[in-house]
Amino acid sequence: MILKLVWENVRHKPVRTLLSILLVAVPVTLILTIIGLSIGFFEDSKRRSGGVGADVLLKPPNANVISFSTVTMPSKIVDVLAGEPHVVQAMGTVVNPTSGFLEALNGIDPVAFNKMSGGFRYEEGHNLEGPDDILIDSWYASQHKLHAGGKVNISNKEWHISGIVEPGKLGHLFVQMHTLQEMVGASGHVSQVFLKLDDPKNTAQVVSYLKAKYEGYPVLSMDELQALLSVDHIPVLKTFINVIIGLSVLIGFAVVSLSMYMAVLQRTREIGILKSLGATKAMVMGIILAEAFCIGLGGTVLGILLSYASRLAIQAFMPQAIVYTWWPIAGGIAMGAALLGALYPGMMAVRQDPIEALAYE
Amino acid sequence: MSKPESIIRIRDLRKSYLTGKVSVEALRGVNLDVPKGEFLSIVGPSGSGKSTLFHIVGGLTPPTSGEVVVAGRNVSTVGDAGRTELRRSSVSFVFQKFNLLPNLTARDNIKTALFISGLPTHFEGELKNVLELLGIAGRLDHKPSEMSGGEQQRVAIARALATRPAILLADEPTGNLDTANSLAVLGILRDLNRRLGQTILMITHNTEAAEYGDRIVHMRDGLIVETSTTA
Ligand SMILES: Nc1ncnc2c1ncn2[C@@H]1O[C@H](COP(=O)(O)OP(=O)(O)OP(=O)(O)O)[C@@H](O)[C@H]1O
Ligand SMILES: [Mg+2]
Repeated sequence: MILKLVWENVRHKPVRTLLSILLVAVPVTLILTIIGLSIGFFEDSKRRSGGVGADVLLKPPNANVISFSTVTMPSKIVDVLAGEPHVVQAMGTVVNPTSGFLEALNGIDPVAFNKMSGGFRYEEGHNLEGPDDILIDSWYASQHKLHAGGKVNISNKEWHISGIVEPGKLGHLFVQMHTLQEMVGASGHVSQVFLKLDDPKNTAQVVSYLKAKYEGYPVLSMDELQALLSVDHIPVLKTFINVIIGLSVLIGFAVVSLSMYMAVLQRTREIGILKSLGATKAMVMGIILAEAFCIGLGGTVLGILLSYASRLAIQAFMPQAIVYTWWPIAGGIAMGAALLGALYPGMMAVRQDPIEALAYE
Repeated sequence: MSKPESIIRIRDLRKSYLTGKVSVEALRGVNLDVPKGEFLSIVGPSGSGKSTLFHIVGGLTPPTSGEVVVAGRNVSTVGDAGRTELRRSSVSFVFQKFNLLPNLTARDNIKTALFISGLPTHFEGELKNVLELLGIAGRLDHKPSEMSGGEQQRVAIARALATRPAILLADEPTGNLDTANSLAVLGILRDLNRRLGQTILMITHNTEAAEYGDRIVHMRDGLIVETSTTA
């Protein structure tokens, strides 16, 4: 019967209800999109770092291990590392961020890279040959509608697209290492060195050995790198997500609070009638909370649907994962905010003097 | 005639309202006994305290002082929850403005009252007879806005009686009705009183309507000034 009362109330003010649901859905979508983008980005990064085929990564001193860093080290170190025990191949690469969001040019030696990773799989064209050649993965190519044989301008330079490759290896954009070194004024320098070992079982041993020998150089196994690629290790992102969650609670709270406040005012007389029939405080509060619950639930469902829409819209720029585990979390946040927001209007309804309420026009 | 037990017993009831800094004495020492099964009419000029008396008897507001016992419950001492329980189980209101829940059909209005009182919400036995007697059995699936004033008031009466209250309080039940509908509603109230022994208190401005009661109480300035029995 309470459900029927609530349902008739909701049905009777469809515009207000739908508007409230929509407004509650916005923060739900926001949370799911932000989470989806972070996780999507990290999954993509993990796949690509795994695709290099290396066992150990070494970076120059002071470099941030998981971001595109412009710090470099002399490429002599590559040959030195190649001579270390268990190391069968050492490969230096240069990374330089482009103006694109979370996007970088990777300067590689095509021969070394093929040897370590097992080679690119070409969807179009062929490997880097000329100094101005660029390899693009099919993800980037389809976002920017590029084809082998065409030209593309990245970082103020016109590149010739020699091939389109399958994604999943190191990055999205590959150019000749020498070209990139000259471009960024770092001839004879590399940004990172990947090591392939005789046997992956020796990884831990090699990492600790290298750490001791090359003090100050961040050394980590690819497994460690993968583990680092998560929201937990990027404090800024974590804070950002928390801020979004905080805002979501606030929005949900404010929307439902306002909506239910209006509902209570509009239904002053009806609440008075229910009280004259003997409705208890708990029942009056229950009706208000039940309606807020409906708005919260509707907002959650709509928010989840909208997160699919946002994925579609953002796909061109970044991969967005659909993170099912966050559905109940985002929903819980919305519902919690909605119920909290309904508390004060509910109290108002409970405290209303039934005589005045019945006299209310 | 032996004196039947009182279902309402009021002693020196006072009620003052504080509006701003001015205190308004709406009731100034009311004494009244209503035996079970009586149909009592209350008349008096506007502002004489008739509605206030109903609100206290029906547990919508507490008295300022005095003793009020309704259906065995001392309204002056039971507190908020006790007054809610009184409304839930013992007293029903019928108002001048019908006060039906506008979004619900007549049937759901009645079911809501049954639900609140913790009773089964299917219509059976006595309630079916009441609906027949009220002549609204065919109008149950209509919303208030689709019914005439007379029909709405009959639904309101059905809703009030569905929970089998000890006391029915009707505050100007015919105030918004034309003569024909007024007569019909008054006839229904008398029938309910005679056939079911329903205790009814009815406020009215109309002297002819007041004649439907067994007894007429006259109020003025917050006091009962005269009591008369009808023929
Ligand atoms: N909630 C309230 N706050 C302040 N004063 C009130 C309140 N309710 C009633 N009063 C005052 O109490 C007095 C009695 O009012 P009441 O409504 O009981 O009269 P009544 O006999 O029912 O009048 P009417 O015939 O117009 O319905 C009036 O002076 C009224 O202004
Ligand atoms: Mg009145």
